[in-house]
Amino acid sequence: MRVTINGDAREVPDGTTVAQAVRILTGVTTGVAVAVNDEVVTRGTWETTPLRDSDRVEVLTAVQGG
Amino acid sequence: MDDLIIAGEKFTSRLIMGTGGAPSLEVLDQALVASGTELTTVAMRRLDPAARGSVLDVLRRRDIKVLPNTAGCFTAGDAVLTARLAREALGTDWVKLEVISDERTLLPDPIETFDAAERLVADGFVVLPYIGDDPALARRLEQAGCAAVMPLGAPIGSGLGIRNPHNIELIVEAASVPVILDAGIGTASDAALAMELGCDAVLLATAVTRAQRPDLMATAMRGAVQAGRLARLAGRIPRRRYAEASSPMTP
Repeated sequence: MRVTINGDAREVPDGTTVAQAVRILTGVTTGVAVAVNDEVVTRGTWETTPLRDSDRVEVLTAVQGG
Repeated sequence: MDDLIIAGEKFTSRLIMGTGGAPSLEVLDQALVASGTELTTVAMRRLDPAARGSVLDVLRRRDIKVLPNTAGCFTAGDAVLTARLAREALGTDWVKLEVISDERTLLPDPIETFDAAERLVADGFVVLPYIGDDPALARRLEQAGCAAVMPLGAPIGSGLGIRNPHNIELIVEAASVPVILDAGIGTASDAALAMELGCDAVLLATAVTRAQRPDLMATAMRGAVQAGRLARLAGRIPRRRYAEASSPMTP
């Protein structure tokens, strides 16, 4: 299936979880938050939340600003 | 000096720092240490796998409380989602709410800001909204449950100082939550003026991070905020049209 991770279209296997999507970008999990289709997915449920076709995944972290 | 208290939390320093604009994390680190700050803002952005080092590591190492902002948001909906992501990523329910109206002025949008503030307060956030120098809006945000109000001195990064000191005084007079002068500070005298007008704290970034010597300017800002606060507490003399002799006039 095709999902979008931080704006990039990616082909991932069916059943890919939020946790696996995050690991495509980074091995770090502290200081990171995820939204799927503009809804926050709490860290405790990353492993058990499967993505669906066309999902938009945003993986955010803190950067210099303000 | 007396402590700053926001939402029941005590701070010895009345200088809140931003982290934007620093040429490197090393320069930022030195500036933060020199400023003596205990509360510092960060922005939330898409994770960059190529990025090395993190502003969070700097704050953690220096034991500085992190204040995530919603910089870059143009709507209440965006700001609420960004605040929720920041809470999830950083484990804090504090948020500097920033909803801007356009990229040229970066002035805050009062309607979207108020809408977001109400939603975030209802969701349990400690909300510190960035606003124009508008006493009416400041009062409404306080009534809506915001933990502080953060009026601007001048547009973000402009270094124009405090363009409407009278309005800042009006906001201070009416507020029973801390008033934090945010944005527009160019140099130390601007920060001192903010405190003399009665603000409880100053938030600045660019004035330090883009100064030729950020650590030195951070030291200057630290001293200015302290001096301004002391002057406010001391109570300045009234301005007079004519001289008033300080020595006896008769020999």
